[in-house]
Amino acid sequence: MLDLSLTQMAQGLAERKFSSVELTQAFLQRIQIINPQLNAFITVTEQEALEAAKAADAQIAAGKATPLTGIPIAHKDLFCTEGIKTSCGSKMLDNFIAPYDASVVAKLKNAGAVSLGKTNLDEFAMGSSNESSFYGSVKNPWDTQAVAGGSSGGSAAAVAARLVPAATGTDTGGSIRQPAAFCGITGLKPTYGRVSRWGMVAYASSMDQAGPMARSAEDCALLLEQMAGFDERDSTSLDHPVPDYLSQLGTSLQGMTLGMPKEYFADDLSPQTAERIQAAIKELEKLGASVKEISLPLTRMAIPAYYVISPAEASSNLSRFDGVRYGYRCENPVDLEDLYKRSRSEAFGEEVKRRILIGTYALSEGFYDAYYNKAQQIRRLIAEDFQTAFQSVDLIVAPTTPNPAFDLGSNSIDPVQMYLGDIYTLGVNLAGLPAISVPVGQINQRPVGMQLIGNHFSEAKLLNAAHQFQQATDHHLQKPQLT
Amino acid sequence: MKLNVEELHKVAHLARLSIHPKDEESYSQALSNILNLVDEMQSIDTAGVKPMAHPMDASQRLRKDEVTETDQREHLQKIAPATEKGLYLVPRVVE
Repeated sequence: MLDLSLTQMAQGLAERKFSSVELTQAFLQRIQIINPQLNAFITVTEQEALEAAKAADAQIAAGKATPLTGIPIAHKDLFCTEGIKTSCGSKMLDNFIAPYDASVVAKLKNAGAVSLGKTNLDEFAMGSSNESSFYGSVKNPWDTQAVAGGSSGGSAAAVAARLVPAATGTDTGGSIRQPAAFCGITGLKPTYGRVSRWGMVAYASSMDQAGPMARSAEDCALLLEQMAGFDERDSTSLDHPVPDYLSQLGTSLQGMTLGMPKEYFADDLSPQTAERIQAAIKELEKLGASVKEISLPLTRMAIPAYYVISPAEASSNLSRFDGVRYGYRCENPVDLEDLYKRSRSEAFGEEVKRRILIGTYALSEGFYDAYYNKAQQIRRLIAEDFQTAFQSVDLIVAPTTPNPAFDLGSNSIDPVQMYLGDIYTLGVNLAGLPAISVPVGQINQRPVGMQLIGNHFSEAKLLNAAHQFQQATDHHLQKPQLT
Repeated sequence: MKLNVEELHKVAHLARLSIHPKDEESYSQALSNILNLVDEMQSIDTAGVKPMAHPMDASQRLRKDEVTETDQREHLQKIAPATEKGLYLVPRVVE
């Protein structure tokens, strides 16, 4: 039951092979056994889940099932969930019970999904290893010495370890795709504005985007359809029709042109990862796609541009945590400044403080042009390079990361070392593009992810290409051995 | 680009953070490393390029100026650290 796809689960529920309560109990039991080894969940909402499952069973019995009725999912603990702790992986929000549901949470609830709880993440989604969480690192289910990736590491590890069949994630610089690659699952970062950001705690607002993480492109398609859509409450939500992603999964890749950016296959890429990606590209060619080399000359520049823009936006977004309205408040503040400074200094972790400081510096008087403005100019050049590429190719194919998951603790001394590993994912966020990571094999038991990048609103094309690949291969069916 | 301790404290104050003296060196070093990375941008000629604030160059959508939200003061203040009569409490600001 734990290995079924979402579609198979819906079918099983419809045919009364099992009930949603049974399905939910099976996953809750698995969480109880496996989660202590992985630390993928911050909060497990057993009671609420069983109640929702019971309600789902009643709905199914009444013939009123919707696409996700009775199917267990989990939410990254960055989405507000009414009445349930929403920590963002931070001491700052350790006591924060969200007073409302994020749009994504409400939409999935309305579609009938049963939430099992909230998954671990890097503090406020700032990190690429899930080591900056106040609740401790997530362990990679394939090798518990390795990181699960970040920032949506809890969702990725939980899906890979069969603690939940699918989960939500958010991706500001690779936070869905990189942990999906490290944990051997499928994760889609949609077009900026495709999925509502309302109720998703902001990190870098001009790049934050929510998306599905699951075991296959097909499952991601089913989830995205329920997550996507215009939302008046998100001022950057785009009013664009949501296609039926699932029904578009049958298109042949015959005649499709894929672009391989030579900068993504240069020195940064480890030879073993390159080998796995090349083999996957051969598969795509067998399916009818043709492949040509392209150039995205400013690839490397995505790193400095991103690490100016995202901290700048973060420094502004995180100014709301002041110890006054919600969240952590220091003991016995002597005056208002002391209240602000101690509440923030005592409750934010190191990486969050570093990014707030860099962002504040970049936005401060005298430095704005040299940093923030310059980064936003480079952002435009990067976005234009992608547009040039999409004039001659349908999709871009690339590695998701230069290497598979690294060891826990190995990048803790110099944050820059970790930032460099984000080289293949950042450009997509700067340009607002959709991209998907799919598993293409392993190196020493650590999964490797291939990234497909599309033009704005090409999620259906990306999901179809990933699905065609997964119909012809079995990398996405491999699972870690955990007992 | 090296961020010295004095600059570190100045930026920290702007961000309403305080840096403990024992952490000065590690923050100063980490932030300097990040600034060095970021300085790579200066090698690119961006003369005349319009900065991109929104990845699709979309502009802010405006809604009609009418009341759409209901009063949820009590509900939203339930999670506040300290309130009294519907107001948030902070240390005395005016003597």
